[in-house]
Amino acid sequence: MIKFEEPIDIWGQISPEHGYTVHGAAGALPFKPLNRQALAMRIFLLVISLLTIYALLTIDYRSVDVAKAAADTLNNLKIIFLQPDTHRLSLRDAFYEVVITMGLAFLTTLFGGVIAFFLGLLGARNLAPKQVTNIVKGFVAFIRAVPTILWVLIFAVAAGLGSAAAVIGMTFHSVSYLTKAYAESFEELDRSVIEALSASGANWWQIVFQAVIPSAATSILSWTFLRYEINFANAVAMGAAAGAAGIGFDLFMAGGYYFDLREVGLITYIILAFAMALEAVATGLKGRIRQNPR
Amino acid sequence: MQADIFTRRRNGGLLFFTLLTVLTTGSIVITRYDVLKGFTSIFRAFAWGAANFYPDAGAMTKLPDILLKLKETVLMSVASTTVAAIFAMFLALAGSSTTGLCSLSGIITRGVASIFRNIPLVAWAMVLMLAFSQSELTGYLALFFGSLGFLTRAFIETIDEVSNKPVEALQATGASYFQVVFQAVLPAGMPQLSSWLLFMVDTNIRDATLVGLLTGTGIGFSFDLYYKSMNFHAASLVVILIVITVIVVEMISNYVRRVIM
Repeated sequence: MIKFEEPIDIWGQISPEHGYTVHGAAGALPFKPLNRQALAMRIFLLVISLLTIYALLTIDYRSVDVAKAAADTLNNLKIIFLQPDTHRLSLRDAFYEVVITMGLAFLTTLFGGVIAFFLGLLGARNLAPKQVTNIVKGFVAFIRAVPTILWVLIFAVAAGLGSAAAVIGMTFHSVSYLTKAYAESFEELDRSVIEALSASGANWWQIVFQAVIPSAATSILSWTFLRYEINFANAVAMGAAAGAAGIGFDLFMAGGYYFDLREVGLITYIILAFAMALEAVATGLKGRIRQNPR
Repeated sequence: MQADIFTRRRNGGLLFFTLLTVLTTGSIVITRYDVLKGFTSIFRAFAWGAANFYPDAGAMTKLPDILLKLKETVLMSVASTTVAAIFAMFLALAGSSTTGLCSLSGIITRGVASIFRNIPLVAWAMVLMLAFSQSELTGYLALFFGSLGFLTRAFIETIDEVSNKPVEALQATGASYFQVVFQAVLPAGMPQLSSWLLFMVDTNIRDATLVGLLTGTGIGFSFDLYYKSMNFHAASLVVILIVITVIVVEMISNYVRRVIM
């Protein structure tokens, strides 16, 4: 991360305010130059700070009494976290709803994984020609740019609100995430292995099944589980915003319709427990993957 | 011996696929997922989309309104991410093993980060909605709390990764805590920290749509409004604008990442 040697051609650009001097026998040494990287860093930080200040200044504060609302929120949070309780939803029902949410996440991850497996093969630079990998990458980038909730709502028009639209809509994002992760796992295989197999007369599918998949199996499974963790959170959100079944829908009803803070608290605790358990497993798995696709 | 390996491999594969089948069937039953309807709806959705889901002249008249909301949403995402990053930075400095005060502060910070990260965005949105009602601040705060946990965890990992050797070197020269932080930890970690910041801005623009739907703010509200009033042409315009925004932001952040890393 730290560069110890600066390229010679930028030595001329010396910035006095960021430089330092070292006094020695030969007198002052040159200042530390502000290179392209440091300059970009500063511009980036400046722009993002200015945008933030502008945004904070232009928020409409008049429509709401901020101090009172903040105090109310704190009070609500206190009720949620200190007095969770059940009214309409029994503890057993709540757990069943979580299982439904996990089922939605599982189906999404499975469908996404199967599709992404094939797209990943086409997107890996060592297995497919460059034009094909570019098409796959463009396709995946487009899918990613549409928020999950919009995919779900678009499919809801054709399939109706419910688990079918939620699973299909969420599958899209899983495909884009997993395709990238799988393709990178496939690319880790050494080119010489593929060359050796094709020299011995193996066809493409034989190379894939005998060399690529066995060597990438561990990271594929790990990535798939990491996606499952994300999909669980997504399934909660889709339950709330798109009427898919599961604990998210109950959360939405309790918070948005019944204004039952104690039940919101209980549901939040249950989701937290499951999500943190998944996170613990995911953290363990992360050590088995080298790179981190975003 | 050879046969053993093959038998074991086959048994492992068999077990894996049996488990997969059982879990899949269980999930289909429990979520009442209609497999046939699910798959046929893909084609129906595309057919419907081609026929109805495109912006027409009527939708174009809504363009100024939508652009205003879009600008509001982008600004909201950037601001909530930056403010969350500042708070996350302090938490991460307290939580990292190299700059933390003691091992207890590390455990506490990680725990708090994990709780913030795993409380669903929906819950934040619902709770904030009650007090802040349908104002911009609701969406802004929901995104802030959602980002805070994620960024804290990412920042802790970055600081741990990046700063062992420079920190040791500075400590050996007798630098104070703040000198270590400002001269070693921040400069060495800045590219990676900014990269996380950019990633979070990206994510937040997409999540802002969800929060907007739930709390009635920003671009999510625009979509919801047109969608629920069946004005699909205008809704499609919203989707197209979101796609363009996300891709442009992604391109900018990829460019910035390439230069600073």
